Amino acid sequence: MKIGLLHSLIRKEEKLLIEAFRNAGVEPVMIDDRKLILDFHTAPEIDILVERSINHSRALHALRLFESAGIPCVNSHHVSQICGDKLLTTAALKDCGIAQPKCRVAFTEESALQAIEELGYPVVLKPAVGSWGRLLSKINDRDAAETVLEHKSVLGSYHHSIFYIQQYIEKGGRDIRSFVVGDECIAAIYRTSDHWITNTARGAQASKCEVTDDVAQISVAAATAVGGGIVAVDLFESDGGLLVNEVNYTMEFRNSIDTTGIDIPAVVASYVIEQAGK
Amino acid sequence: MAECPVCAGEIELADDAMVGELVVCNECGAELEITGLDPVKLDEAPSAEEDWGQ
Repeated sequence: MKIGLLHSLIRKEEKLLIEAFRNAGVEPVMIDDRKLILDFHTAPEIDILVERSINHSRALHALRLFESAGIPCVNSHHVSQICGDKLLTTAALKDCGIAQPKCRVAFTEESALQAIEELGYPVVLKPAVGSWGRLLSKINDRDAAETVLEHKSVLGSYHHSIFYIQQYIEKGGRDIRSFVVGDECIAAIYRTSDHWITNTARGAQASKCEVTDDVAQISVAAATAVGGGIVAVDLFESDGGLLVNEVNYTMEFRNSIDTTGIDIPAVVASYVIEQAGK
Repeated sequence: MAECPVCAGEIELADDAMVGELVVCNECGAELEITGLDPVKLDEAPSAEEDWGQ
């Protein structure tokens, strides 16, 4: 069995996955996206591709061409497309009736300001494509709204004038990140921070979160809504219950193995090997 | 043992070090990429880009 591992820089997660595949008796074929040349017809001789590229745009396009060449991919191009764009994620979750914060999308400063005022302060402005909590803006009043919208319009690329505006959820200093592999929620962590942004990349502390029925149910439903596979789901605990904030398709898990006691890379490797055999 | 291209500090690589792997210099904190193993070569890692990460 030949399992390709698409990567650029090799982070702790990729090393853990390589080790997990080796423990399962499979030596992954390493495919560096910086050296990859695709011709729309052929692809490296592998049975399945595991996508672990750090660049969303490279992953998105490479997956499309690997699939076009007949190589099944985990995650699929469809999943990467949905999860890589918050607007598309929100639409997919809405289509499946999954609870999430209220959200508005607008394309001009004027309409974005109107949308923000309709949602009510505070709101969170996010780039549709982005990660690690970067370029998120919590907007508390009209002065801040006008300033941030103008800066995004003038200084940003056109992507930053697709205004994705999310209701701010008071989450008590933490959110939940759950890990879904196939149709099972295998683990979850709390991410706790004094800052309103609770990404571990921004310094939030990880601690174990029990996978309750509620956590498992909404996590698997969210994973299914975006196309399934291997994803990490970010959840808010609100007065009205759990809400899905985001779904991540190239999940990072280095801080979650010891925290949860679950060997996440081993579960991922097992799932990929199972998928390759289908 | 390898030399940090930023501060010339000494960096010890793990036995299972791989080309493409990120390492951090303990002396200056620079993020480095292993670009060769025989002989060992380290370069400054690319800066985070707008579409990086999850």
